[in-house]
Order: sequence, then C-alpha cells, then structure tokens
Amino acid sequence: MIEFRDAIRDALAEEIERDPAVVFFGEDVAAPGGVFAVTKGLHERFGDERVFDTPISELALASAAYGAAVTGLRPVIEIMFGDFMALPMDSLVNQASKFWYISNEQGTVPLVVRGAVGGGGRFGAIHSQMHGTWFQGIPGLKIVAPSSPAEAKGLLKASIRDDNPVLFLEHKRLYSVKGPDPEEEVIPLGRARVARAGRDLTIVAISKGVPDALAAADELAGDVDVEVIDLRTLRPLDVATVLESVAKTNRLLAVEEGPRTGGWAAGVLGAVAQEGLHDLDDAWILATDETPIPYSPTLEDAFMPSTDAIVGAVRSRLSAAAA
Amino acid sequence: MEGSRVTSDIGAGPSVEAARAAMPAEGPPDRRWLDAYGRMLLIRHFENEMQRLFLKGEVHGTTHLAAGQEAVPVGVCLALEPDDYLAGTYRGHGHALAKGTDPAALAAEMLGRANGVCGGRAGSMNIVDLEHGLVGCYGIVGGSIGAATGAALTAKRQGRVAVAMFGDGATNQAYFHECMNFAVVHELPAIFVCENNFYGEFTPMQKVTGGRDIAARAAAYGMDSALVDGNDLWAVEEAARAAVGRARAEHRPTLLECQTYRHYGHSKSDPATYRPKEEVERWLARDPLTLTRERLLALGASEDDVEAVEREARTTMDRAAEAALAGPYPDPATERATEFAP
Repeated sequence: MIEFRDAIRDALAEEIERDPAVVFFGEDVAAPGGVFAVTKGLHERFGDERVFDTPISELALASAAYGAAVTGLRPVIEIMFGDFMALPMDSLVNQASKFWYISNEQGTVPLVVRGAVGGGGRFGAIHSQMHGTWFQGIPGLKIVAPSSPAEAKGLLKASIRDDNPVLFLEHKRLYSVKGPDPEEEVIPLGRARVARAGRDLTIVAISKGVPDALAAADELAGDVDVEVIDLRTLRPLDVATVLESVAKTNRLLAVEEGPRTGGWAAGVLGAVAQEGLHDLDDAWILATDETPIPYSPTLEDAFMPSTDAIVGAVRSRLSAAAA
Repeated sequence: MEGSRVTSDIGAGPSVEAARAAMPAEGPPDRRWLDAYGRMLLIRHFENEMQRLFLKGEVHGTTHLAAGQEAVPVGVCLALEPDDYLAGTYRGHGHALAKGTDPAALAAEMLGRANGVCGGRAGSMNIVDLEHGLVGCYGIVGGSIGAATGAALTAKRQGRVAVAMFGDGATNQAYFHECMNFAVVHELPAIFVCENNFYGEFTPMQKVTGGRDIAARAAAYGMDSALVDGNDLWAVEEAARAAVGRARAEHRPTLLECQTYRHYGHSKSDPATYRPKEEVERWLARDPLTLTRERLLALGASEDDVEAVEREARTTMDRAAEAALAGPYPDPATERATEFAP
C-alpha cells in the first residue's frame, strides 16, 4: 500500500534520477518539502541544481519552465494551489501550448505543472477550485487528474516523459489516501479506464470523483449495477471508452466537482450524444451550484458532489424514470 | 520629460555632427562592423518591403515594423555566440534577422507561405527559429522576458546566455518584474534588453511609467544596468559585450535600456500622429543607418567597401522577397498538423 502523496514524490524522484534533464521547482517545494508535504527529501537527495525553491512569482515560474523546456530541459513546476493558475495563464496558454504548432514543429515543450486542487478542505472559494476546465479549450495542453495513488504515480511519470505541456491536478483530499502499489511503470495519457464494471449505469468522473463514484456504486449495488469510468485526462478526452460503456449500460451520469456551465461533463455528454445517441436512454450531470465554493463546513459539504449526493441523484433519477 | 533619464532629450542630443566628432580614432573597422551595417540595412530594407507588401495585400492581418531601431538587435547579437538564445517581440523582424534567420524564410512567413520559417503557421508576430537560437517572438507584451528567463536556466548548464528583447511598454508588466527578480535570485545568465522607443503603442512612456527611469529599476533587484544610446551600434555592442561577459562568467544578469525610435507607427494602421513633428525630425536626423555609415567611413572604411555592403543588402532583400512571393500558400488539403508532439 502507498499513500497518494508518497506516490507523487516517488514518481518525481524516479524521473529526476532517470533523466538529467528533469528539474523541479516551485514555492516551498525544496527545503520545506511542500505545503502538503509531498516533496520532502527531494532537495536533500538531488541538490540545488535539480530541485529548488522560487520566489512567489507564478508567471515567472511558468514562463521559466516554458523557456527551459523549449531549450532542452524537462521542468516540473508546482503551482501550490490550482487557484493560482490564473496568474501564469499567459505563459501556459499563449506560449507553452502553442509552441509545437506555430513553430511548425521545430521543437517540443516537455513541461509539467503540478497543482493541488479541489474542495472539501475548508479552504474557501480561492483555494479550492478545479482549474482543469479553465484550460480545457486550449489545444496543445494536456490535462491529467489522477484518482488513486497508483494512478498518480503512473500518470505523473508519463506526464514527465511526455513532450507536451501537461497540467497535473492533485486533489487535496486524496493526498492522505492509501491504495495498492502501482502495477504499471507508466500509464499512457489519454486513455480512460473502467474503474468498476457494471451493466445498468455508467458514471464518469475524474480525480476524487472516482473514489466517490466507486463508493456510491457500492451503496447502490443490488439495486443498480454501476460502471465507473475514470477519464484520467480531460484533454485528450477519451470518448471512445465512454461510448463503449454506454453501449452496454444505456445510461450516463457525469459527476463534476465544479459548475455545469463551461464544465467538462457537458462536453462528455455532448460527445456521447453526437456519436452514441442511439445507445442512450438517459444522460445527465451532477455538478456543483453555479456559485463560488463556500467556506462554512455545512455549506461546503452540501456544495460538493459527494458519495451521498451521487447515490441520491441516481436513486431519484431512476425512480422518476420508472414512475 | 522632467525626471526621466534619457541619453538625449528624445533626440535633442548628439546630432550627426556631434556623433562624428565623438568618434574615437581607432584603426580601420574590422569586417564584422561592415557586416553589422549590412545586417542593419537588410532589416531596414526588410521593413520597408513588408510595408510595401502589406499595402499590396500580401502581408496579412497586422505587422509591427522596427525601422529606426536596427542598431539595438544587431549590436546585441554582435556580442553573442551563434548558439546563445534570444527571445524577441511582435516587433521582431529585426530580432530574427539579427540572430541569423534567413530573410527569404522570414519574408515568406510574413506572407503566410509554406516556405516561411514556420511554414506559415506563425505570422509576423510569432516567429520561432530554434536553429538560430531564436526561442520565439511574442505577441503578448513582456512574453519574451519569460521565455528568455527560462532559456537562461538551460543556458546556465551549457555555458550559453539568453537575451530578452522587449519594449518600454513591457517594463510595467508582471513578466518584467517577476523575471528580473527570478533571474537575480537564481543567478541566471540573462540579458534583459529594453528597446525604449518612448511609446507603448500610442501612449508616451513618460505618462505611464512610474519613476520614468527604466534602467534604474534594475537597482531595486540588485541587478547591473546600463543606459545606452540605442542608435549607436558601437555603444550597444560595448554594453552588450560587458553584459554577456558578466552573464557567461559570473551568472549575473543585466538590464540594458537602449533608447531608440521607430520610424513607422505602432502597427500597420497607425500614422503615429501623436508624436510631435519636431521630435520625429530630431530622431530621423539620428538615423542609426546614417550614424553607422558615417562612423565606418570615419574609422577608415573605404567608400567602395561601404557601397559593396549596401549593394549586397539590397540584392539579398530583393532575392528574399522574390523567393517569398514565389512560395506556395500552405494547402489545407495536405496540411498534416497534429495537436500534440508524438
């Protein structure tokens, strides 16, 4: 068994060890070991040249990573909270994600931006967001959101070896989760996985939504046989795996931690409708309210698409359909 | 103007005569100065040709011309090795040509042709030419500063340096302040070259720049800086050589404020009526091409040598434009773009 944060750290350590071009930097990541204690020991082991602390300058961080990547390094940076991704956006959107195409494929941009995301930690509206959808409309940028320790390790190693810019979203509420050790060295980016097989309903999710959906599936077992699809990446989006599942279950629920408007779940439903409408009896989205994320525990708990919320949504939808 | 530090009171300083009088009595200039003059002329011809082709509808969208500013990139690149890195701006044709980009490939890119340096995918504002160390030209003000700062991380391992070219407008961007600090604390071999042409688009620099002194901003970051007459090729080269030396040997970054002036407006549709006529005339009298030519002659170059360089620059540009115009447009039917690198 391995903890999610240790899986991330091991992936970083193994890739820094494996490839001299890999460097890792960010705010409080080296000497302090990261605010979520994810990167402890890396600086001691690899030294200043490979692992270093930076000023609180997210734009400089991201653009330094970009400029280093196009000249031959493979930087991994940490943007402490995903919410801070609004600051380095120009470098990621207008520089890193465009370079391969507009340079006419003269060079690649192998960089990874790690960031802690998600609600449920009482961090309030501006330390709890999922920034994946802010970037989902940008060609050239990969977006990865792992759901378990083994997934985190294999996907992060793949992200570091990838020749494209990758946003890597680590859910804060997963850091202390323990899970089975990885079976695979790397997990290819862009392929969803069937996290649980079922016949009656497909639930698609990413990140912490996957264990929440798996727990909901356990509760629903006996009444509804749920298949859970872990998308793993929002871009590229593996629609084929979802279509294959829906062909079997004929029902689709997308669970998104974030507002429905502009979210990834609507994109999944759209793609499934376009390609597989004939397979669909029902399709809907469980998302958050269209407000910022609240602070107070009672409000935040009610806001999140939790296991209870998923179970409730499935029961009421299926009973309404049966009525 | 009160409170701002300028090499010449926006052009009121050294006249052509004064500049000539100030020329040191050195030996005859070596070949590289003649070549540098040729490169400056090529940039001027290139910009004039792009203006002409724009008016004919061959250059699309918009374009930002650097005529008048040639001495800055050419002087800086004289101090670089070919494999050093440089990031330019959307007024970047001169940056690319100074760094070594083939003028025909650059011209073809302006025209959106398949034989462009980026296959027609980039256009005037976004040139990349990695083969010549040009890590990109950036359409967002200040973007070049970030790119060069990152390139300096790699350069530090390689014994190379990285140069950011940017305008006075960029010195109020987060990129400038964050990256200046980042480069100092991480001891990066970076040279930050501000081409201060005194106007951020249509607005005078002095109106929107606190302290009105760009070079002085370096001191707050513990960075070396110099205020340079950006129309004087020799002054730019000297300052750049010192900065490159510090960067390469000691990993100490430098801010160079090179004061210069653009002959055209900000972009294709801008007649630049916001600039006082008298100011424009003062700067035109200090055209870097005129200053360079006169200095070469004063330093002992022969009229024949200078004219040979001038003929070659003209011929190179004519051939480049011809080759660019002869190139095909990319064919959407055969375009094989991929979203991601494999």
